[in-house]
Amino acid sequence: MDWQGQKLAEQIMQIMLLVSAVISFVAGYVLGSFQMMMIIYAGGVTLTALITVPNWPFFNRHPLNWLDPIEAEKHPKPQVAGSSKKKGSKK
Amino acid sequence: MHSFGYRLNGLLTFALTILALMCVITSLSDNFNTPSPSADIKITNINWFQKQPQGHDEVSLTMNVSADLQSLFTWNTKQVFIFVAAEYETPKNSLNQVSLWDAIIPAKEHAKFWIHTSNKYRFVDQGNNLRGKKFNLTMHWHVMPKTGKMSADKIVLTGYSLPEEYR
Repeated sequence: MDWQGQKLAEQIMQIMLLVSAVISFVAGYVLGSFQMMMIIYAGGVTLTALITVPNWPFFNRHPLNWLDPIEAEKHPKPQVAGSSKKKGSKK
Repeated sequence: MHSFGYRLNGLLTFALTILALMCVITSLSDNFNTPSPSADIKITNINWFQKQPQGHDEVSLTMNVSADLQSLFTWNTKQVFIFVAAEYETPKNSLNQVSLWDAIIPAKEHAKFWIHTSNKYRFVDQGNNLRGKKFNLTMHWHVMPKTGKMSADKIVLTGYSLPEEYR
């Protein structure tokens, strides 16, 4: 998941859980059944988990552009203290 | 939300918090219910009335208990526990309460009932004060919710008395 995807997943999770809570409470109150409220809420939580927790492709629409490996070789990392300093210009 | 486990943990924690809030609101919704229960008890017979070997009075009686407690039930009620207690005063104690009969009502359908029964628990006095004693029969109930605070109330029925002599 990319950064945008993580933010999206969190938002979807919060909204879906709140909506499930409201729907299940109203349904339970109107039907006069505590059990129905619990069942609907559990269903809502499971649905939310299925949508927001796994790493679905639509969460990866803004992928990060990692540096190309060949490009990285042209600009080696400077050596750690001990040997001479290499002047490597990093872009 | 950096990994599968992170997201799962966040979701479960939030879901549980919301569940707790739902339970609070459910419990508060019970305050919208205004109950109007009714009860009546008739003593049909005093079976026997004796002084026990230890010196305490004991009485056995048969009564008709009828009640309509349906208005106590809400969607958040698990069960209602009711009991009938005899209450009277003696020189030694300003209030004596002796539980005679109890029952658990699991659902609204069973809350309107009529029962002809002898006392389930023994009516024994701390002493010999029961001859000619005037007493009240009180119907107590405890409403046990599925979530939230238990509440209790009662109806006091007056005007009962025991015989003057042992039989």
